[in-house]
Amino acid sequence: MRIVVCVKQVGVLGDEVEFSDDGRSIDPEFLDFALNEWDWYATEEALRLREARGGEVVVATVGEERADSALRRCLAMGADRAVRIWHGGLDAQDPISIAHALAQIVEEEGPDLALCGVQASDTLDAATGAALAGLLGWPVVTVVTGLTCDPTSGTVAIRRELEGGLIEVVTASTPAVLTIQTGINEPRYATLRAIKQAEQKPLAVREIDQIEQAGAVIKTMYIPERSEHAEMLGGSPPEVARLIADIVKQRVG
Amino acid sequence: MMAVGGILVVAEQAGGELREATREVVSAAAALGDSLGGPVTVAVIGQDVDSLGLAANLEGVDEVLLVSTSSSEFESDTWRQVCGAMIAGRRPAVVLAPHSVNAVAWAPAIAAEYGFGFTSDVVSFRADEDHLVAVREPFAGKVRVDVGFPEQATSILLLRSGIWPAAKAPGSALVSAFDVTVDASRVRTRHEGFEEVPPGGPDLAKAPFILSIGRGIEDKDNVQLFADLADKFGAVLGSSRPLVDAGWLESSRQVGQSGAVVKPQVYLAFGISGSTEHLAGMRQSGLIIAVNTDARAPIFNVAHFGVVADAMQVAEELNDLL
Repeated sequence: MRIVVCVKQVGVLGDEVEFSDDGRSIDPEFLDFALNEWDWYATEEALRLREARGGEVVVATVGEERADSALRRCLAMGADRAVRIWHGGLDAQDPISIAHALAQIVEEEGPDLALCGVQASDTLDAATGAALAGLLGWPVVTVVTGLTCDPTSGTVAIRRELEGGLIEVVTASTPAVLTIQTGINEPRYATLRAIKQAEQKPLAVREIDQIEQAGAVIKTMYIPERSEHAEMLGGSPPEVARLIADIVKQRVG
Repeated sequence: MMAVGGILVVAEQAGGELREATREVVSAAAALGDSLGGPVTVAVIGQDVDSLGLAANLEGVDEVLLVSTSSSEFESDTWRQVCGAMIAGRRPAVVLAPHSVNAVAWAPAIAAEYGFGFTSDVVSFRADEDHLVAVREPFAGKVRVDVGFPEQATSILLLRSGIWPAAKAPGSALVSAFDVTVDASRVRTRHEGFEEVPPGGPDLAKAPFILSIGRGIEDKDNVQLFADLADKFGAVLGSSRPLVDAGWLESSRQVGQSGAVVKPQVYLAFGISGSTEHLAGMRQSGLIIAVNTDARAPIFNVAHFGVVADAMQVAEELNDLL
């Protein structure tokens, strides 16, 4: 079977924040970049399916050149090849726009499954995977914590996690989009040798055919004013330990 | 069907009851209806929706729509068809639903398919000169964004739980059926059932004192120190999601949206930065004390007392002290 894993290179915010000139995003100088944690699990799940059933794992991302390092990390884990798609006019903060770009790749690849992470740790939309399914006309199952493929019937038996940890059992027919939750598996780390070999694996770069209408447009980004913030306790570790013990004792006796 | 504008709430149920998150969305809808104008409609979807329709008849609701489908449980393909047809037919200005596991399946799918405006995990909104502005908190709440929907006549917003008060007072809405023909050949997702939760594990929801640990404890071998400390304090040991995902602690110890929602007298958090997932499960605690190395960690926005320090160091001192 062929599986496309849609991954994202997320921004990780440090202690300092400055915004870009248009005031709509964070100045990239103030971000570190990493593979989205949920996508790490999604890639692992795809590799396990390939190892059990044979086939091919293609990792796809929407982003500029620096996103190649996220793809290389997935290739080092064992993905077969990668595709990065981009256009300077794309609003990378809008999940609907990202889904349009991913749909272009998925339609070309024609996989049995497209796996996405449940959400990206920076934008927290939890929307790209389902939006992709909407554009493809495919079924979608969100927040998947377990899956078993039955290739003869073309179905996937799925466990998904609802609020409060309730587990629902769902069957879906393929092709389908599944959004993968953390904890579904124990993702592998790449060996140094695999990281080196990943440099030789194919990574295609594509241009987005057409920019589609965004689902929403960020007008401004700003630091929230907090009306409530913790009273900070200062001092050495023994001093703050004493303060914490006293506060707890007052409250619970 | 003629355009009616207004606000459409898509309700959710769990175990046959209207979800608390939907009650919150109803009160948000009523507030938005006041500023944006237009009626507030709540749609309930399922097999036997009469009692759910009664529950959804809340103060501030003008109309309840009963939509009958073949399953009482959520199936994303069915909901995509039903909600797509309902929104395309009635053309509300705004569609509201909880930012839930189920809504993030149907809502982005039809927003992309039909070209509706869309944003999720919304923490507040307002009408600026008749233009809807939604507020989100990316980067774990370290920044905020105002988002608009300049091109779309209809926008779907999924609202974060625990922000708006839950609507409780009964209303006097007009209740009617809304018929949608679901194309069964396009229903490719099937609800099979729910898994029983294995018995045992701590009762976090009833614990008066919870000591919780997160990624900041850095190593599985350090869990024991905090388990000992919880014992000495007479607290129940809790955890954030990443430690459960990593297999350091059993899932019955997880506090958060996808675990236990807790309200102890004291919540003592070590090495927890405070993801949305975690804060949703513990922000109602009576007294929150947080120890974390990152002074800008979102946990300090809900904590009453905060310490910027290494969780291990403070825990070791407390262990010696008690």
